[in-house]
Formats: sequence, structure tokens, C-alpha cells
Amino acid sequence: MLIKKPDDIKSSEITPERVYFSRRNFTRAGLLAGSALATGALYRGFLAPIPEVDYQDPNVIARGTASEAGEALTPYSNITSYNNYYEFTTDKYGVARRARNFVTRPWTVTVDGLVNKPKTYDLDELLRLAAQEERIYRLRCVEGWSMVIPWTGLPLSAVLNDAEPNGNAAYVAFQTVEAPKQMPGWNSSGLDLPYVEGLRLDEAMHPLTLLASGLYGQPLPAQNGAPLRLVVPWKYGFKSIKSIVKITLTDRQPPTTWNLAAPREYGFFSNVNPNVAHPRWSQAKERRIGDFLRRDTLLFNGYADQVAGLYNNMNLRKNF
Amino acid sequence: MTLKDFKLKDEKFARTLVFINCLVPAILLATDFARGRLGANPLDFLTEATGTLALIFLLLSLAITPVRRLTELNWLIKFRRMIGLYAFFYLSLHFLTYIWFDKFFNFAEIVTDTTRRPFILVGFTAFILMMPLAVTSTNNMVRRLGGKNWNRLHKLTYVCAILGVAHYFLLVKSDITTPLAYATLLAALLGYRIYIGYFPPTKGNIISAPSPIPRR
Repeated sequence: MLIKKPDDIKSSEITPERVYFSRRNFTRAGLLAGSALATGALYRGFLAPIPEVDYQDPNVIARGTASEAGEALTPYSNITSYNNYYEFTTDKYGVARRARNFVTRPWTVTVDGLVNKPKTYDLDELLRLAAQEERIYRLRCVEGWSMVIPWTGLPLSAVLNDAEPNGNAAYVAFQTVEAPKQMPGWNSSGLDLPYVEGLRLDEAMHPLTLLASGLYGQPLPAQNGAPLRLVVPWKYGFKSIKSIVKITLTDRQPPTTWNLAAPREYGFFSNVNPNVAHPRWSQAKERRIGDFLRRDTLLFNGYADQVAGLYNNMNLRKNF
Repeated sequence: MTLKDFKLKDEKFARTLVFINCLVPAILLATDFARGRLGANPLDFLTEATGTLALIFLLLSLAITPVRRLTELNWLIKFRRMIGLYAFFYLSLHFLTYIWFDKFFNFAEIVTDTTRRPFILVGFTAFILMMPLAVTSTNNMVRRLGGKNWNRLHKLTYVCAILGVAHYFLLVKSDITTPLAYATLLAALLGYRIYIGYFPPTKGNIISAPSPIPRR
């Protein structure tokens, strides 16, 4: 066997060992860095939250820095970037981005049903029915987290009184706007939309029950239910229906969206109650956004002294 | 040159490459957490993200065999144990976030939770079932058990993955899109194995037990 001497390769052209290895190391480092960047991008694209918020914290600090109970307000950036609004997306971190182009003007709200003066209000007209008030309320989500939010709005009772409920009216039904073209999560929410909610008339007339149009002294952002939402602070958050277009007085208990989706899990009343567990998780504690430890959930979300009277002689476990 | 001609030339480096890439999500989670970039509810986010990662790595480990058979890239098997161990790593973190950030090591509460909440019970079971798999993932344990027994034991991975997907289904409120996507992937991966069981491939000699990691 003849082994030719590789005369065609000059010894000067042979890559020195040191360079050969440094090139190999260079390729390896490149592969490592490149693939790690790609994996990181995959993670960012599919898993990481999008805390991106267009809205800067307004310089408006709500009058008073603490609520009536001396609890700190949840920062504006948290309130506006962590939302449950399934019409846009079921990803709480993604609602703000997907609700960015939601059109809230012009806006009308129809009040009808068992009232003497049914009427379709222009939003501004409706907001003038009573003086705008700031209300600092706790909001307890059925998922086990909570916030303290400075709302601006008017009592729901002001609107109902203007329409004059007749003697047969016993319940109030609410409906969210039906705008699938503007709401990218419309078909994947797992809910039967448009979203509907309801209250008993005495709950609706209660002074704590608010129709909110503002947050931290600013107009309500779309992800928080612009331009007009209900706030019922002693009930789980999902009762406080967003982007309301219709309020109907009825003589019978109206259907409610989450109750239709899972009747065993979400009752008509849905009062915050640490002693009545959700069938799949406990409601005894909650995480206040911004806190590390969980705190005890309070009966009626801490508003028992004002609302417990609405439920005298009622079995709260049965009427959950 | 076709795909199957792609040889694994530098196994040690390839292992490093896979190891680092599997660690990337954990590093990003930790740095995002430290910089306050996990959104309004970082503790719940950690729980959700580590759970999702555990499920993803479990599915990746189950994808090795089908991909290996379809591409005839037999060396892929060399990374399966590492990916499986990463699934256990993320599952352990997930479990830690639950007993720490959710229950604050209140063991009475954890027991109540496990007995009353089916999704906790299902998740807990998957975690316990994965423990023997993690323990037997060393070369020494593969040798001691023998390839056949080792393979039989590690079929528990199928059960863990099914429990993982069930755990996800049981905890969502109404939108089942994401758990359904995982269920579909899992069904495809397990379905492939059933299909192969009925129609074994005639050519090729594919051994499923892992080969020991070379020590260099």
C-alpha cells in the first residue's frame, strides 16, 4: 500500500493546533449562545407574562393613600395589567394589550324591563344622574387574589331611581356589549357570550353598589371594563360585570354567565365567604396583589356590617 | 446526505448544549422574578410557569422515541434521561411553589387540600410517581435493574403525563384550549406507541434502554 506524501499541502498551511482548537471553541460558544437565545425567545414568546402596560402610573394619587380600612391601594400598573376579561383573552396578563383598540365612545346604556321610564341613555347623560364619587373598595377574585381599588362612579341606585322600577321588579339583569369583532377572545372564552349578570333589587339598590367609570381619578381603561362597569365589593369579582350596555329590571332571577357555565361552582349570589369553598379550591385565604403571605378572606369581603342584613335567615352555604 | 446520516460527533458537547438549553427557562424565571418582571402576581405566576414547564419537558421526553424512529436518528435516546430529569426538576419546583407560596408549609392545610381537591390529589400523585423514575435514572441503577425492568418501570412516565394533563383540565375555569392542546399532543405521542405495538416496524433494530453516559 502506497501512502503518498501530501506534498500539495505545505506545512505552513497546516492550521496550528492552538488555532484549530480555538476555532472549535468559537463554534461551540456560538452554538451554545445561539441555541440558548432561541430557547429564551421561545420561553418569552409562549410562557413569560407580558407586563407591558401602555399606561404609565398616573400622577394622580387617589385622594387619601389608604382605604377606609387602612389598607394600601394596589398600584395602578397592577390593576391595569392583571385582568380577567374573557372576551379579550383568558390570559390575565394579555388583556391590556388585546383591549387597546376597544372603542368606548359613543356609548349608550339602555335601562328597560319593569320600569315606568325605560330609556336609552347616552353615557355622559347617565354619568350626570348623580355626583361622581370616589370609592375605595377591596376586590376579591374568585380565583383567590385581591386588590384595593380607588374607583370613581355613581351609585347604581341613582340610575335605577331615574328609571323608576315598578312594583313587580325584584331583580336587575345586566349585559356586557356584544362586540366580537373588537374582542379577540370572543370565540375561545369557554363562556356563552355576551356576558350577563344579575342582582336582587335590594342588592342593586344598596349604597355600596357602584357603577364605575373611572379608576385612580382617570377614565376607566378598557381592560378594567370601560366605559362603565358594575362594582359590588362584597361579591366575587366576576359579579361586577364590565362594559355594560343594558340594565333590565325583571320579576324573576336572571341567568348569569358563570352560573350557566358551571352551576355547581358559581351561584347567583356569589358573596365572598371564606367558609364556603369553591368545589375545586378553598376560599379561606387570598393573596393581596403585592403581598408575599396570604391573608384570611373576610365574610362579605369585610363589608358584613353593611350588607349582612340583606341575607338574614338565608343559608349562605345553600345560596352560594 | 439525508437526515439519518446526521451523526452525533461530539457527544459531550451535545450534552452540555441540551443541559444549558433546558436550564434557560429556569434562569429566565429566576432573573425575571428578581427584577420584578413577573407581572402583578409573581408567586402565582411561578407556580403556573413551573407546572407548564414540567408538562412540556414530560412531553418532550415522550417525543424522543417517536422522533427517533421516524428520523432514524438513534442517538437522540442519549438525551432522553436528561430531559426526563428536567421534567422532574421543574415538577419539584412546581411542588415547592405550592407548599411554600400557597400553603406556607402548613402541613395540615396541605393534607386537607389533597383530600378535598381532586386536582391537587392528581398532581401530587404524579409527583410521587415520578420520584422512583428520578431515583433510578443513574447509570448504576439502570445496570442494577437491567434494561428490561428499567423500561418497564419507566413506562410510569405515561401515567405521570396523563395525570399532568388531567391536573391542568381540573384547574381551569372555563377556557380549556391550553389543556386540550397538551392532551392532543399527549394522545399523539401515546397513540404512536399503540400503533407501533400493533404494527411493529420490520427493519431497524431499535433498543429502548439507555446507554450509559460516557465518562471523559
